[in-house]
Amino acid sequence: MPDVLVIGGGPAGMAAARAARESGATVTLLESGDDLGGQYWRHLPAQRSDPDEGKWHHGWQRFLDLRAALVADPGCEVVTTAHVWSVDRRDGRPPLVHALVGPPDGGDRTPRTFDPDALVLATGAQERTLPFPGWDLPGVFTAGAAQALAKGERVAVGRRVLVAGAGPFLLTAVASLVRVGAQVVGVVEAADAKRLAKGWATKPWRLAKASHKATELVGYLRVLAANRVPYRTGSAVVAAHGTDRVEAVTVARLTPDWSPVPGTERRIEVDAVCVSHAFVPRTELAISTGCALTEDGSVQVDDRQRTTVPGVLTAGELTGIGGVDLALAEGRIAGAVAAGAEPDARDVKRRAVFREFATRLAAAHGVRPGWRSWVDDDTVVCRCEDVTAGALRSAAELTCSKGLRSLKLTTRAGLGLCQGRTCGRAVEDLLTGVLDPGRTANRPIAAPLRLGELAEHGRTCNREDVP
Amino acid sequence: MSKIRIEVDGRPVEAVAGQSIAAALLAAGRTSWRRTRAGRPRGVFCGIGTCFDCVVTVNDLRDVRACQRRAADGDRVETQEDDRA
Ligand code: FES
Repeated sequence: MPDVLVIGGGPAGMAAARAARESGATVTLLESGDDLGGQYWRHLPAQRSDPDEGKWHHGWQRFLDLRAALVADPGCEVVTTAHVWSVDRRDGRPPLVHALVGPPDGGDRTPRTFDPDALVLATGAQERTLPFPGWDLPGVFTAGAAQALAKGERVAVGRRVLVAGAGPFLLTAVASLVRVGAQVVGVVEAADAKRLAKGWATKPWRLAKASHKATELVGYLRVLAANRVPYRTGSAVVAAHGTDRVEAVTVARLTPDWSPVPGTERRIEVDAVCVSHAFVPRTELAISTGCALTEDGSVQVDDRQRTTVPGVLTAGELTGIGGVDLALAEGRIAGAVAAGAEPDARDVKRRAVFREFATRLAAAHGVRPGWRSWVDDDTVVCRCEDVTAGALRSAAELTCSKGLRSLKLTTRAGLGLCQGRTCGRAVEDLLTGVLDPGRTANRPIAAPLRLGELAEHGRTCNREDVP
Repeated sequence: MSKIRIEVDGRPVEAVAGQSIAAALLAAGRTSWRRTRAGRPRGVFCGIGTCFDCVVTVNDLRDVRACQRRAADGDRVETQEDDRA
């Protein structure tokens, strides 16, 4: 009976764990939060649960069923508050996985090491926010933060809020913001109407099987209408203003390339702005494991969700941004294959349907290079270390440095607390052509840990003894 | 919904059991609680634990992400400034 380890307790990881169990494997499911669900099914904690929780989510019953099945199953160990911080590669088999179990950033968490026969990575995605002047002012949030605070806390990030960026996720954030009582003064979508039509309305029959997505979308548009929220396409927030917090933003019309059209700027008073330009897979663990990435930075998989590392599979946003239905289908396939079984033909079919959806998403809302002109020399790019775009550019020019590492060491970009998680892609993009290609997501420690915890790990885990 | 009380820079702040420290601070009307090396104010940005903008000191332990840590009754929270080089 193979031992399958699944990392990530969102839709993809939960589906993978369940499918692996149904195919006869024993399963351990690691989740960093204190409950399953991931960002998608983020909900109030047990201490203050809401009987109407279902109203906040799509597919809530599906979550409840999955969670109940996993938690009640003696062949599945669910470990919550498990922070995986490193993996040890091994030839021809999945890596050893090291986790700390306990409160986030705590000082005395319990170390655990896992030695699985098969590993499913389902670590999801994070938002990519393009920098613009003032984006580091308090009151500028990612749309995901607005969503997490609304769904997981019932807190509104502001009273007068503008939502801006690209993609349907903006609309889901609006729905949550309205529920917690925020006034949404507008939604600003960077893709223009022409590109949206081309991305979404070409060969519509190919989307027919994903029609519940259209129903969801109509639901969101109703929320906009009912709350009189103006929706503007082909525009972006190109600056945020204020001294200690955001007080207003500048919205400009964009060319199809996302460059601001001069003279179209409008100032809008707000006390919060939520931005979301794209999602990027959280690939730290996949990279540490040695999985090859595709050109767009997602993990390369075959038609059975296998990565280039033997015994390591992946599902969900790690393989490309595609949403919950794709994550669930991929998770089920990865779980079955990890357990040594054949994937269910229905899941394979579903995967094809929702991959089409993912392709549309990228075609309609994908980031365009003109955003770089929003950034002036004084714009902070690396938020942790206060490194500006000007400093980055001049360091690259003055030192004739083409290496990402030396540029990081000269400017300190990407060397702060977040280790380049927030600025990495922007740094890479701003210096395209100047810099040798490389990925900032390559970091040996996947999650922060205390030196004391590391020392403890060194004492308890003599590497020579490890298989 | 049970109330708890935490201390932020020596002042009492009411929170709800299960609330994250970040949510408790936002609900109490604060949008920033940290300064970077250059003195720029920071609060919540990503809300999911990736940006580290929201770190605070909790019960003498530095660099705890306020958006990830649930507030516990009696927690002593202190806002942080990055060390100025
Ligand atoms: S707000 Fe980004 S880590 Fe807490």
